[in-house]
Amino acid sequence: MTPPEIAITVHVNGRSYAERVPPRLLLSDFLRHHLGLTGTHVGCEHGVCGACTVLLDGAAVRSCLLLAVQTDGAQITTVEGLAGDGERLHPLQEAFREMHGLQCGFCTPGFLLTAVELLRDTPHPDDLTIRRDLAGNLCRCTGYQNIVHAVRRAAELMGRR
Amino acid sequence: MKPPAFEYVRVGTTEEAVAELARDGEDTKLLAGGQSLMPMLNMRLAMPRRLIDLNRVGELEYIREREDGVAIGAMTRQRAVEKSALVARQVPLLADAMPWVGHFQIRNRGTIGGSLAHADPAAELPAVAVCLDARVTVRGPEGSRTLTSEQLYRSYFTTTLASTEILTEIWFPAPPARTGHAWLEFARRHGDYALVGVAAAVTLRDESIAEARLALTGVGGRPTRARDAERRLVGRRGSDAVLEDAADSVRQTIQPASDIHGTAEYRRRLAGTLTVRALRLAIERAGRAPSRTT
Amino acid sequence: MTTRAIGARIPRNEDPRLLRGHGCFVDDVNPADGLHGAVLRSPHAHARIVSIDTSRARALPGVDLVLTAADLGEVNQPTPLLIPNPHLTYPRTPRPLAADEVRFVGEPVAFVVARDRYLAEDALAAIDLTWEPLPVVASVEAALAEGAPLVHADVPGNRAARMAQQVGDPAGALARAARVLRERLYIERSCGSPIEARGVAAEYDRRAGTLRVWVSTQAPLPIKNGLARIFGLPEFKVDVIAPDVGGGFGTKIMLFYPEEILVPFAAIRLGRPVKWTEDRREHLIAATQERGQRHDVEVAVDEDGRILAIRDRFVHDAGAYTPYGIVVPIITSTQLPGPYRLRNYAVEFDVVYTNTAMVTPYRGAGRPHGAFVMERVIGLIARELSLEPAEVRRRNFIQPHEFPWDVGLTFQDGGPTRYDSGNYPLGLELALERIDAADFRRRQAEARRERRYLGLGIGCYVEGTGIGPYEGAHVRVEPSGKVYVATGLTTQGQGHHTTFAQIAADALGCDPADVTVVTGDTRKFNWGAGTFASRGLVTSGNAIGIAARKVRDKALRIAAGLLEVSLDDLELTGGAVRVRGVPDTALALGALATVANPIRYAYGKEASEAALRLVKPREGAVLAPGEEPGLEAYAYYAPPQATFASGCHAAIVEVDIATGDVKILRYVVQHDCGTVVNPTVVEGQIHGGVAQGIGGALYERIVYDDQGQPLAATFMDFLLPTAMEIPEIEIIHTETPSPLNPLGIKGVGEAGAIPVPALIAEAVDDALAPFGVRVREMPLNPSRVLELVTEGRERGRGAG
Repeated sequence: MTPPEIAITVHVNGRSYAERVPPRLLLSDFLRHHLGLTGTHVGCEHGVCGACTVLLDGAAVRSCLLLAVQTDGAQITTVEGLAGDGERLHPLQEAFREMHGLQCGFCTPGFLLTAVELLRDTPHPDDLTIRRDLAGNLCRCTGYQNIVHAVRRAAELMGRR
Repeated sequence: MKPPAFEYVRVGTTEEAVAELARDGEDTKLLAGGQSLMPMLNMRLAMPRRLIDLNRVGELEYIREREDGVAIGAMTRQRAVEKSALVARQVPLLADAMPWVGHFQIRNRGTIGGSLAHADPAAELPAVAVCLDARVTVRGPEGSRTLTSEQLYRSYFTTTLASTEILTEIWFPAPPARTGHAWLEFARRHGDYALVGVAAAVTLRDESIAEARLALTGVGGRPTRARDAERRLVGRRGSDAVLEDAADSVRQTIQPASDIHGTAEYRRRLAGTLTVRALRLAIERAGRAPSRTT
Repeated sequence: MTTRAIGARIPRNEDPRLLRGHGCFVDDVNPADGLHGAVLRSPHAHARIVSIDTSRARALPGVDLVLTAADLGEVNQPTPLLIPNPHLTYPRTPRPLAADEVRFVGEPVAFVVARDRYLAEDALAAIDLTWEPLPVVASVEAALAEGAPLVHADVPGNRAARMAQQVGDPAGALARAARVLRERLYIERSCGSPIEARGVAAEYDRRAGTLRVWVSTQAPLPIKNGLARIFGLPEFKVDVIAPDVGGGFGTKIMLFYPEEILVPFAAIRLGRPVKWTEDRREHLIAATQERGQRHDVEVAVDEDGRILAIRDRFVHDAGAYTPYGIVVPIITSTQLPGPYRLRNYAVEFDVVYTNTAMVTPYRGAGRPHGAFVMERVIGLIARELSLEPAEVRRRNFIQPHEFPWDVGLTFQDGGPTRYDSGNYPLGLELALERIDAADFRRRQAEARRERRYLGLGIGCYVEGTGIGPYEGAHVRVEPSGKVYVATGLTTQGQGHHTTFAQIAADALGCDPADVTVVTGDTRKFNWGAGTFASRGLVTSGNAIGIAARKVRDKALRIAAGLLEVSLDDLELTGGAVRVRGVPDTALALGALATVANPIRYAYGKEASEAALRLVKPREGAVLAPGEEPGLEAYAYYAPPQATFASGCHAAIVEVDIATGDVKILRYVVQHDCGTVVNPTVVEGQIHGGVAQGIGGALYERIVYDDQGQPLAATFMDFLLPTAMEIPEIEIIHTETPSPLNPLGIKGVGEAGAIPVPALIAEAVDDALAPFGVRVREMPLNPSRVLELVTEGRERGRGAG
């Protein structure tokens, strides 16, 4: 009765994982519980809060609205893959720290990955653009202001590099 | 909030998808972008036995100029439509409405065909399609057929498609010369489904309205074409009184429902307000539009 | 480091870990061999359980355990009443699993443990229940109606409590006054809804007999001690850890939530780790909620707008149970007077059961309601006497020389409601100046000519913060020179790992980055209460300050002995003790820590050298009587009473009378939380509070239909505002230190949220004054705003 598990190979943060998964397994759960990448957080599981945002082949997506089986062969970046292994943080991470863009830190990974695409599309965004593109991520702690400032600051830092 | 168990079938072509549906279509759902279906699965509001994943059907991902219009494959991501220069040029109403569909992360996955076939009565794209008399191509075991977008919609979350059919393409006509468009909506928060949304397309001849198209979302079980309001506009100039007259018609003909975000009466008023504002914007844009499309 | 650590804008110690995705929230805890739980919840608001059959569920593959009330045995007692009160005559608390009757949609009925959450949810659907629906009361109106059905069969009239307090002679003043104004006001249900919902994981070691529980909670110590009692374990065999907590806002201090008992129970029963993670729907229907009051207020006022007396009667919706007692309405009743001199005041409230989710404190905890009532009264007086609301406030403020000001009421903690310090008139003037109120009427008139409707709103509040009972701290300098601080409360985003480090660093003359703070781990600190009631920095902060100064004194004492100088000649800066003006006498804190532990093998080269260089031949025992090893200290701080923070918010809004949209054009906050330890962190707290306040005023509303079915059970319907809805917030800090505690600190956690509904109401009133609109309820959605405009216009026509 239980549908058979399906073999998939997924490339996450530059590493390849070959796993067998049930068809209904959500990508968010696959990353968190199968791969142990618990930096991707789950806040609503119906696609509103954006906490589970990851990059799928470079595009920011809700990992709670994807099945793991759908990502067979795909490249995924999670928050753990943003900075690489070195000491140095990604400019977005640096800017979030500098501007106090996080409090409890639960929604933060989703905001960071959303902002990666935001700044790739619009390297010099105005505040309205930032706010509009961040509107798909909910934060309950910061009132967004310092997140907006952090993205603006990250744009400066990235422009300098 | 986890999906129920289902069998998962991945297909690579439309033909395979149609064959899979024909083979065993009972309690089967088609998975396109999944941005509406997946929440329903997670909440177990949908309990399909089988899921056919269309995401590898590359042949349904395209945006092409065709027959003085633009044809878009059903599996084209909304984000691709949003960023398409061809769409911006030839179907400006669609380009106008696209950023209102959810958030960009949703549009990265969501597909144009998925949104049209999901038939959410508060969604943007069905109203845009109905406003422009877009044509929908569907494919079933007997082959393809084409229907108008108005013919596609039956009621809340229900289309006229047979359970063995797949929506494969939508074709939008390019606007006539001196046509202006506007999509306006009012939602509780940015990115939410509209409380009411209005699509307007107005073509001018001299200073008068030669043709007006008006469709609304969020005011009933399906996208609503305001034909009486359209008729009241034709041959007249877009004065405040004329626009108000069209809004009156809209307010009188729609049948919105009440929910926790607004009463039916509120939606009726909002529909009138947005109708006036959308028409005004469309007329203004028509005035600036080139007298010949290229 | 020569600059003081307290008051510095330094980036947070906790950030790099969280930014890399290396935080550890409860659902990130994955003990080996762990199982997953799911809760079956009542679909009915009120029903009797006729039968429950779990046999199909138990038989499903991958299902390890199915629990119903019967399976829990003695453990299934009503959960403890957290804060009893003699006025709470009919307290009722829920059982972990409903035994025979359910009283709200979402009440737990069964608990399933399975190999994964997917299978556990499958099993929920295989539990067969027969219900006998009972009549429902879904609102206070329904609950108080003549012959209303009873939420609890043995609670007459659905009344849990009635309480009254009074100062002066309000009845006399009201009777004598020439002008008495009256208003009925509503503030509706909302909830905290942190982005991390709740969660519990538990592991029971059968060999050691130890229970370890991870909970996304604001109060692990009370949970630990409670679990020890519930499961008959010694307290020292129970550890409770609140790791990273993804927001709390009050919602996560309601103990015991059923799952906090069910998960450990299952882990003990199965001898395997069990985890349950609340999903959003569960959170929105079954986690606790707040607001929900109806007020009838009367105010006597003289011709100059001075308030002579206020009488307020209100009804507080408790939901189905009262596990947290009647703290919320007590806070409403005692904080309602706000910054105003109110010598005659009577308040009386009823606490009423309804078939809805339980009500416990949510950020603001009764204060937004009180501020809403008081500030609406100010607006009422202003309109009656054709005065600016700001002017009415000026005429009624408690003046700076009048502190301490005794409101004359008993506060939530049983202590006096006595304001310790503040400067309310200054706060108002600063806010008005920043928002350019002087020019506003001109701009408003100009806009109205273009049929644009601008409004100015002000909201003032006083917040009792930093209540007891107490918190403690352990501060230790390690031989590495790094400082370790542990305290019993938790952190859920407030930046405690930085502000607490700043307080310790300030006393120890070291870099805050060298201070590691541990919170929420009962293995590390075993005494205290938790993070709630804007008390963390006041209680733990002061305890850490005291403990760090003890450590400092010991370091100086040891150094004085080693250097053979007087204490007065020493200074402690830059992480080292030295003789003033003699840099090469520097003894690093780490070296002193090594010396302080008279075990003669030192770890590391520097420590070893320090020991060899510094320690002299001894006479007698290595520890003198009363001496303790190590450079460390414990300390506790118990506040004598609450310390009262205050603030004044001002905003300009624009109302679109065609859509009902309320847009906030500018938002200014003046606030005074005494000594500011880290302005950046304080600003963050205020931004977040204001955002929640705006949510509560314009977007978020928990709605039930008349059958008690929750209608806002997803994030599509319970509308947390996004970055597009929240404006930039301009902040003015003023610092009036509290005389009550060593650091002069007042709490700030809840402040931002308190005056927002009041302010939005005033601003919308002001914008829509041409239509005679008067806002009497919160929240407002656009649909309702347009109704108010229509009603106002019709009234205007009727009057004309």
